[in-house]
Amino acid sequence: MPIPRLIALPVLTLAFAAPTYAQQKLVPEKSEIRFAAKQMGVATEGRFRKFGAELEFDPARPEMARARIEVELGSIDLGNEDGEIEVRRKPWFNVDAFPKASFTGAGAKALGGGKFELAGKLAIKGVTQEVVLPFTVRQEGANLVAEGAYPLKRLEFKIGEGAWSDTDTVANEVLVRYRVHLSGTPAKR
Amino acid sequence: MMVARRYYSWPAVALHWMAALLIIGGFALGLSMVDLPFSPQRIKYYSWHKWIGITVWLLAVLRLTWRLLSPPPLLLPMPAWQRRAAVATHHLLYALMLLIPISGWLYSSAAGVSVVYLGVLSLPDLVEANKPLAAQLKLVHKTLNVTLLLLVLMHIAAALKHHLFDRDATLARMIPFLRS
Repeated sequence: MPIPRLIALPVLTLAFAAPTYAQQKLVPEKSEIRFAAKQMGVATEGRFRKFGAELEFDPARPEMARARIEVELGSIDLGNEDGEIEVRRKPWFNVDAFPKASFTGAGAKALGGGKFELAGKLAIKGVTQEVVLPFTVRQEGANLVAEGAYPLKRLEFKIGEGAWSDTDTVANEVLVRYRVHLSGTPAKR
Repeated sequence: MMVARRYYSWPAVALHWMAALLIIGGFALGLSMVDLPFSPQRIKYYSWHKWIGITVWLLAVLRLTWRLLSPPPLLLPMPAWQRRAAVATHHLLYALMLLIPISGWLYSSAAGVSVVYLGVLSLPDLVEANKPLAAQLKLVHKTLNVTLLLLVLMHIAAALKHHLFDRDATLARMIPFLRS
């Protein structure tokens, strides 16, 4: 039986206005995913221009946290075109076959002092690994800001195969730094 | 009173030939690395090239210091124009050994790549990353190197001329086993 319009409209309006259904949204222009690695001892940095995230995080209830982050690997910015073309190729990210890297996690742990960690699955280039991402949280205006860094071992994800697997030239450890600004309030579930 | 020496002292000889080998090696590496595709080999060659350049600079400073402590032998008798040419060439060679590594370091900084000597010692960036400036510095580095190449060829030709045609001891001053 169809719900009479006159009743449906106020109910829906109420549902969207209610804080119980409020959503946290990524503020892309303030968020960033950067990385740093060493080449022959020389620090090199870069970032990903495009990534999306669905995040829910309430510092008061970290165990309810949920995160899904997707990074478009082809959007890499190394400040050097030759390098950018190379890392999209097969030995590095193989962007044609694996355009996105993703992290999926749920249930953060509070470590005290504004520090947290979130365990989840990191998938890059067809390899999935369990990782624990550390982060700190602070309030900046209306936004919640979470940031941290994870030391990733590139060879565990087959990033840089063949001649590039030589870690004397490009170090195995890549420090991935993330900072996300979230607008809105966490859902009360 | 100090007696003027006939030959270069052994530290001067050792430093000269070390610098010669490094300059030739660094030059060859520089020529070959620019055409390499983006690869680990390219990254290695560029790093080695930079390390060699810094070493040549250090050797030049060391050699100039040594010249003050232990003056080189006087030039052998030769026409005044040759004397002037020899002195000018030596001055220019020293100037280039000091300037070329700095121009390379400047170029590397402008290209956004820091120089880490021997992969361990981080040198400061001399300028901020700047693509148009990098292109200009690349040209400066190249031009100075072409000048160095011409001067080195002249230096070698003059040494051989003294040894083979003038049959004097000029070359023996720098090569101990030529001394009789």
